Amino acid sequence: MKILVAVKRVIDYNVQIRVKEDGTGVVTDNVKMSTNPPDDNAIEEAVKIKEAGKATEVVAVTVGEDKAQETVRKALAVGADRGIHVKVDGILEPLAVSKILQKIVVKEKPDLVFMGKQAIDDDCNQTGQMLSALLNWPQATFASKIDIKDNKLEVTREIDEGLETIEINVPAIVTCDLRLNEPRYASLPNIMKAKKKPIEEIAASDLGVDMSPRLEQLKVEEPPKRKAGIKVANVAELVQKLKNEAKVI
Amino acid sequence: MTVLLIAEHNNKELRPFTLNAATAASQIDSDVHAVVIGQNTADAAKQLSELPVIKKVLSVEAAHYENFTAENFAPVIVKLAENYSHIVCSANTFGKNLMPRIAAHLDTSQVSDIIKVISSDTFLRPIYAGNAFATIKSNDAKKCVTIRPTSFDPCESTGGSAPIEKVDASEEFSNTKFIKREEIKSDRPELGTARIVVSGGRGMQSGDNFKLITEIADKLGAAIGASRAAVDAGYISNDHQVGQTGKVVVPDLYIAVGISGAIQHLAGMKESKVIVAINKDGEAPIFSVADYGLEADLFEAIPQFMEELNKLNTIQK
Repeated sequence: MKILVAVKRVIDYNVQIRVKEDGTGVVTDNVKMSTNPPDDNAIEEAVKIKEAGKATEVVAVTVGEDKAQETVRKALAVGADRGIHVKVDGILEPLAVSKILQKIVVKEKPDLVFMGKQAIDDDCNQTGQMLSALLNWPQATFASKIDIKDNKLEVTREIDEGLETIEINVPAIVTCDLRLNEPRYASLPNIMKAKKKPIEEIAASDLGVDMSPRLEQLKVEEPPKRKAGIKVANVAELVQKLKNEAKVI
Repeated sequence: MTVLLIAEHNNKELRPFTLNAATAASQIDSDVHAVVIGQNTADAAKQLSELPVIKKVLSVEAAHYENFTAENFAPVIVKLAENYSHIVCSANTFGKNLMPRIAAHLDTSQVSDIIKVISSDTFLRPIYAGNAFATIKSNDAKKCVTIRPTSFDPCESTGGSAPIEKVDASEEFSNTKFIKREEIKSDRPELGTARIVVSGGRGMQSGDNFKLITEIADKLGAAIGASRAAVDAGYISNDHQVGQTGKVVVPDLYIAVGISGAIQHLAGMKESKVIVAINKDGEAPIFSVADYGLEADLFEAIPQFMEELNKLNTIQK
């Protein structure tokens, strides 16, 4: 079994983002970047499956500018065997990313493709589902548990009403929830070793996919601010305010 | 232009957020049709036909639709899409799972999780966990849009009488098999629609201590929420999680107990009408969004809160 894991470079989840004054986006210069958090869970799961002897190779792929390669390097440092960096400037829509990943899947022929359920920058939650549509593969989204049984996967999915379990035949796409596992940290020796692992560079423009934008981002703005609240001295005052001022209880 | 709304239901009845999505659909264009896909869905179809904003109901029934598998739903919707300018549904786990599969088949860039309809092709949506709002114009011929249900009021549920038309099912997708669904049953209001939500965080220190939250919630007729930290620590099950990767709630009153207020939690609750924060760390970020902040040890404050509530003659429910 071969597993392809897609990873995305995003603004670090701890950074309080700032909207650009001209309304064209958010400030990314000199801002800490890291791997999209649920993509770390996707890598971790793939590596665990390989360590359990159920996968032969884990390949990490990213689509993005030069620096996006850092996310592939990080995946290699926690156990992926090799990397692929599809180079492209600017921001692609999930539809274009899924078309690029489709080309990579055709080339690499993985049995499974893992990725995070959602990127925390654009919060689109589309790429995995779109890729499985393009490949006509089964999709297990929001996975919090994966059991591999021969050529089938039993996947527990986090849904609004609770949990759902489905069985999907390989080849398949799985999008990972944060609850799937606890991603490991890369050790210094493994970071050093990862520097020697191969990363293949591919120009997105060589893949022959339609990457043209379909959406126009007309404006990015700060959300309306909440008006400043007050601190109350004690519980009695709190309850009185809720009852008589806010009138909500 | 005609909008096709994908109804979310449990085969028997509509799920409440279908009404919110219907409102958003009707703001895109007044000509809204709705499709209900499932098995033995006559009652849900009838309920849909009674929504005054819906002009026609399409009903697709087959055994392989019983469990709402996206791989089964997408082909039939893609076929129906020929006649529609927009395909819309709620941005909950049902719609999030399904819509991108439809959009990719239609070669359309989806607009996810909109909070406002600006025009038939332009929408407002939160990005970066709601820390920025983006105005997005779609230039695709067909538009696939998911709707954040809590940002739209539910539509009227009676008075309509749309015709119900049967549509042929598409073939079954054989590589995905439904096994089971474990729904967490509760007598309390649903988290997504509750008027009051009481949430606990890591400060609760244990699952046992969540009974303090439960007591308050029972008293107020509230739903119970939790931060991701509390869920990850195993204090409470994940269906209670509020935040960027959990549920987005917009209650009249949100009470955050022992929650520090990480960016990803704020994303799920900061649109609430009134926010109360109870935390012993006066510097906790939760206070920056709270209308009423109480800097106190929750293990003292919550029992006192219960006492004060007991003193009140009446409590709105």
